[in-house]
Amino acid sequence: MPLKIAIVGAGIVGSSIARVLSMYEDFDVTLVEKEPDVGWGSSKANTAIIHPGHEEEPDVHPLRARLCREGNALWRQWARELNIPVKWPGELMVFFNEEEEKSARKYIELAKLNKIPGVRAVYRDELLQMDPSVNPSALGAIYAPTAGTISSFEAVIAVVENAVENGVKLLTEAEVRGVKVVDKKVRGVETARGFVEADVVINAAGLYSDKISHMAGVDSGFVVRPRRGEYFLFDENVKVKPEKLLHTTPTPITKGVYAITTVHGNLMIGPTAEDLPIDAKDETSTSEKGLEYVWKESERLLKELPPRAKIIRTFAGLRPEPPGGHWRIEAYDDPWGFVNVAGIRSPGFTSAPAIAQYVLNLIKDKYDVSLVRKKHWNPHRSDIVRVKDRSLQEVDELIRKNPDYGEIICYCKTVSKAEVIEAIERMKKAGVKTITIDGIKFRTRAGLGMCQGSFCRWRMALLISQYAGVPLHKVVVKKDLYGIGEVKALLKPTSQGG
Amino acid sequence: MLELNYDTVIIGAGPAGIAAAIKANELGLKAVLVENRDLLGGIPLQCVHPGFGLHYFKEDLTGTEFIYRFFDKMEKLGVEHLLKSHVHSIEPVAHNEKVVNVITPQGVMRLKTKTLIYTAGARERHVFEINIVGDRPAGIYTAGEAQTLMDIYGIIPGKEIVIIGSGDVGLIMARRFALEGAKVKAVIELMHYPGGLMRNIVQCLQDYDIPLYLGHVATKVVGKKRVEKVVVAKVDEKLKPIEGTELEIPCDTIVLAAGLVPNLDMLEKIGLVIDPYTRGPVVNEFLETNIPGVFVAGNALVINDLVDYVVEQGELAAEGARYFIENDGIPTTDWKPVIRGRNIRFIVPHYVSGKRDVILYARVRQPEKNVVVAIPEVGWKMKQFNVRPAEMIRVKLTKRLLERAASVEKISMEVIPGE
Amino acid sequence: MSERELTCIICPASCTLKVRTEPGGSLKVEGALCPRGVDYAKQEVTDPRRIVMSVVKVVGGDLPTVSVKTNKPVPKKCIQEVMKATASIELKAPVEIGQAVIKDICGADVVATRRVKKVNSI
Repeated sequence: MPLKIAIVGAGIVGSSIARVLSMYEDFDVTLVEKEPDVGWGSSKANTAIIHPGHEEEPDVHPLRARLCREGNALWRQWARELNIPVKWPGELMVFFNEEEEKSARKYIELAKLNKIPGVRAVYRDELLQMDPSVNPSALGAIYAPTAGTISSFEAVIAVVENAVENGVKLLTEAEVRGVKVVDKKVRGVETARGFVEADVVINAAGLYSDKISHMAGVDSGFVVRPRRGEYFLFDENVKVKPEKLLHTTPTPITKGVYAITTVHGNLMIGPTAEDLPIDAKDETSTSEKGLEYVWKESERLLKELPPRAKIIRTFAGLRPEPPGGHWRIEAYDDPWGFVNVAGIRSPGFTSAPAIAQYVLNLIKDKYDVSLVRKKHWNPHRSDIVRVKDRSLQEVDELIRKNPDYGEIICYCKTVSKAEVIEAIERMKKAGVKTITIDGIKFRTRAGLGMCQGSFCRWRMALLISQYAGVPLHKVVVKKDLYGIGEVKALLKPTSQGG
Repeated sequence: MLELNYDTVIIGAGPAGIAAAIKANELGLKAVLVENRDLLGGIPLQCVHPGFGLHYFKEDLTGTEFIYRFFDKMEKLGVEHLLKSHVHSIEPVAHNEKVVNVITPQGVMRLKTKTLIYTAGARERHVFEINIVGDRPAGIYTAGEAQTLMDIYGIIPGKEIVIIGSGDVGLIMARRFALEGAKVKAVIELMHYPGGLMRNIVQCLQDYDIPLYLGHVATKVVGKKRVEKVVVAKVDEKLKPIEGTELEIPCDTIVLAAGLVPNLDMLEKIGLVIDPYTRGPVVNEFLETNIPGVFVAGNALVINDLVDYVVEQGELAAEGARYFIENDGIPTTDWKPVIRGRNIRFIVPHYVSGKRDVILYARVRQPEKNVVVAIPEVGWKMKQFNVRPAEMIRVKLTKRLLERAASVEKISMEVIPGE
Repeated sequence: MSERELTCIICPASCTLKVRTEPGGSLKVEGALCPRGVDYAKQEVTDPRRIVMSVVKVVGGDLPTVSVKTNKPVPKKCIQEVMKATASIELKAPVEIGQAVIKDICGADVVATRRVKKVNSI
C-alpha cells in the first residue's frame, strides 16, 4: 500500500515536493491548493532569480546555504527537462561607495564558505563593459556568474503538469480548514472540496504555513509574517535592457533592488521589502511610497530608466518571513505524519528542487519507506507550442496542420487561438477546476503586453466560454466573474440584485 | 508561404481602413484590406449611439448604421479583404517595395506591395498607465472592452460603475450603463474641464443625474476579489492629488476611459518617427510618414473625435498611395513645416507643399472663449466663440489660399484672443 | 415657470441658453447664436425628447445581439419604458437594419441598427 500523502500548497515548494515524490511507487500524492490555480501566492510575484547561494550565512542558516547551492544546480536540469524559460546571465551586486563595497565584499567570503564558484569583485571599467546599463558612477560590483532568472509562474505550472503526468492528483479551490488527527496520528485534511485522506500531511503553505501548522497542533508560537515587495514591469521594446541581473548592495532586510531583463525580455525593477502586519496575508496592493522607492533606487542603479509611459504593469507580491528567517522543515512525532516545510522564505524558489529532495529523505527515514523508482516515470514535460517562438516558415507548417495557429488572439505577444485552446486543455488535464483568464494568461502570455489585455481579454473569455462550457459572463477573470449577467439582467425585475 | 503582389496593403478594417480600401479600388489600385478580427468595421460596429456621419452623409446615424453603409459599398466594389489575419511584421525592402508578413488561418502570406496604408487604430490606456495604486482585482475594464462585452456579446460587466475619464468615450459608456439599469456612481476627470463634447455632458450625464468630478484623480483601487471601491482625490493646479481631499466611492466596476494611444508598434520597429504631441507619426499632406510609401490614417494617425474625419483621412491616404505609385515615390518638394502657435497642442499634417488643397487637424491646449484661430502666413482667420481641447479644429486650406504663402518657409496655426 | 438655464446640444458651440416664460405663456430664449438653438431651448423646456439606443438579444445569429434605436426622439420620461421593452424581447436571426423590432412605443418604433445574419448551428 503506497503511503497517502497530502501536500498543502501548490506553490513552487509544494509542487516540487510533489514532483520528486511522484518518482516513486511508494507514494500516492494529492496536491491541495486554495486558489483556483497553482502558483498564485508568493511563487508568482517575486523577482524570479535563481540565486547562486553566496548571500546565505552558513553558520546562521546552514540549510538555506546548502539547499540554495543545490537548488541552483538542480534548476539547470529541471528547466531543461520541463521546458521552463530560464537564462543564466550571472548577477552583479553593484556598490557605489566604500562603505557599500565593504558590505559587498563580505559575500566573497560567504561564497568561499558555501563553495559558490566564480564569485569576485569587478571594478568600474570591467563592470561597465559587462553591463553598460549600470550607472557609470558605480565603483564596482560583486559578480556571481551562476545566478539565473526563470519564468516563475511558468515554472510552477510546468512542475505541476509533470507531477500530474506522473500520477499526482491536484485539487484546486480546496482551502484547508482542518488537519484531522486521531490518536496522535494524521488522518488527512478537511478542505473546501471535501476530506482528503492522508497518512502524511506536508505543509508547504507558504504565507499560511503557520496556520496549517497550528491546525495540526504543532508549534503554536510559530508565525509567518508577510513581507511585501513592489515592482514595475516595462514593455519589451524599451532600450534599457540589463544583460546581467543587477542589484544594489543588500541592507539587513532586503537583497537590494534588482533591475533585470526577464526571460521574456521585459525590464523589471523592484522589489521593496516592507514588513506587514501578521494578518495582512492578502495585502498585495501597491503603494505610491513603495513604487517611488523602487524608482529612486533603480535610478541610482541604472544609467537611465525608460520613460514612465513604457511601464506596462506595477504589482506587489508577498514573501513569507518566518521568525529569525529560519525555515522550518521537520517531521513530527506528534502528530505522527505531520511534516512542516514551513516559512520557506528567500531563497525558497531557488532551493525548491533541493528542498524537495531533502523532504524526500526526511520522509524516507521517518516513515521507513523503501523508495522504489517508478519504471515509467517521465522526467519530461513539453511546452505549449508557441507561434511567437517559431519562424514564419514553421508557423506556416503549423497552420497547415491546425488553422487555429493562424488566428492570433493576443496581438502584443502574438498568441494564437491554438495556444489558448491548448492551455485550456492542459488546465483541465492538470485538474484545475475553474479555467480562469489569468490561468490562460500565465500559460500563454496573452495579455502580458503593452495593451495589458484590453484587446484580448474578451477573446480569451469567449474561448473559455466555448471550450470550458460556461456562459461568457460566468468566466472567471482572477477570482471573480467577468460579468454579472446578460446585458439586460438589471432591467429585469427577477434578476435585480440589492 | 503564399506570395501575392499589391499596389497597396491596408492594415486594419475600421472606418479609416475601409474608406481607404474603397477609395483605392475606385482609383484602380490593386488593394487588399487586412483585418485581425473575425469581422470588419472596427469600433463603430459596437457604437450603438447616434452622432455619426453628420458631415459625411449629412445624416445622424449610429456607429453601426454608419459602418454598414461602407460594407455595402465594399461589397458592390468587391474590395478584397482578409479576416482573422494578423500582421506579423513589415519588411521595408525599398522605397517602393514592402513585404507584409501576415499570419492567417489559411497559412502565412507574404504580401509584396508598393505602398502601405496603416489604419490599425489606437489602443486604450490601461490601469497601469494612469498612476493608480492599490489592488488589482477583477472588475476593471477599459471602456472599449466594456462596450464590446455589452454591445456585441451581450453581457453586462457590473452594476455599480465608476468611470475614469470624461472624454466622449467615457461619457457615452456612462449613458450606456445607466440605460441598461446600472448605477453610474461617478465620472472622474483629472482636468478642471470636461474631456468630452458639451452636448455629451448634457445628454449622457445630466440626463441620468450622473455626478462629474472635475479636477479629481482616482488614486487607489480597493478590493480583494472584485473591485470594492475607488479612492478619489482633488488635484491642485499641477494636477497632483491634494492630501486630505480623498473620498471613497464604493463600486464593483471601474471603467477606464483615460484616453487612446495610436497603435504603431509594428511601424516603430521599422523606424517610424513619432510626434510626441499626437503620439502618432509625423506625416506630410498625403499622410505619408518618414518611411516612404507608408501612409497612416484614422486614430493610428491622430486621435480623432469624429468618424467623419477618420474616413476623410483614409480616403486621402489612398489618394496619396496612388500619387506615390504614379510617380514612383512622392516627388521631392520644398515641404513647409506646419508650426504649433499659441494655444495649439498639435497639428496634423506636419508638412505641406502649398501645391494642393490640404486639410489641417488641430487641438488646442486649453479651453478659451471668444478667440480667433488664425494661420497668419496665408491670412486665414476664423472667429470662434469657444475652443476646447475636446473639439478638434478642422481647417481646409485651398491651393489658392496656400499660394499666398509661396514665399514663406513655414506656416503656423495659432489661437489669439478675439477683439 | 420663471427662468431656466440650458446648455445647447445642437452644435459644438455649446451656447448657454436662458429660457424665460413671458406673461401670457410665450417663451423667450436668450444666448443662442443661431435659430436652431432657440428651437432646441423651447422643445427642451416644454417637451424634452431623446433618441434611445440599446441592444436586443438575438438567437441563431452571427452575433448574440443586435443594436437598436428609437427611430425618432421619445419623451425623456419614456426612456425607462423603452429600455424595459428592449429587455423583454428576444429576436431570431436574421435581422436587417431598419427592421422595426418594437412597434409604436412612446410614439416611435424601435428599429435595428445592425445586421445579424442567420447561422446554422446546433
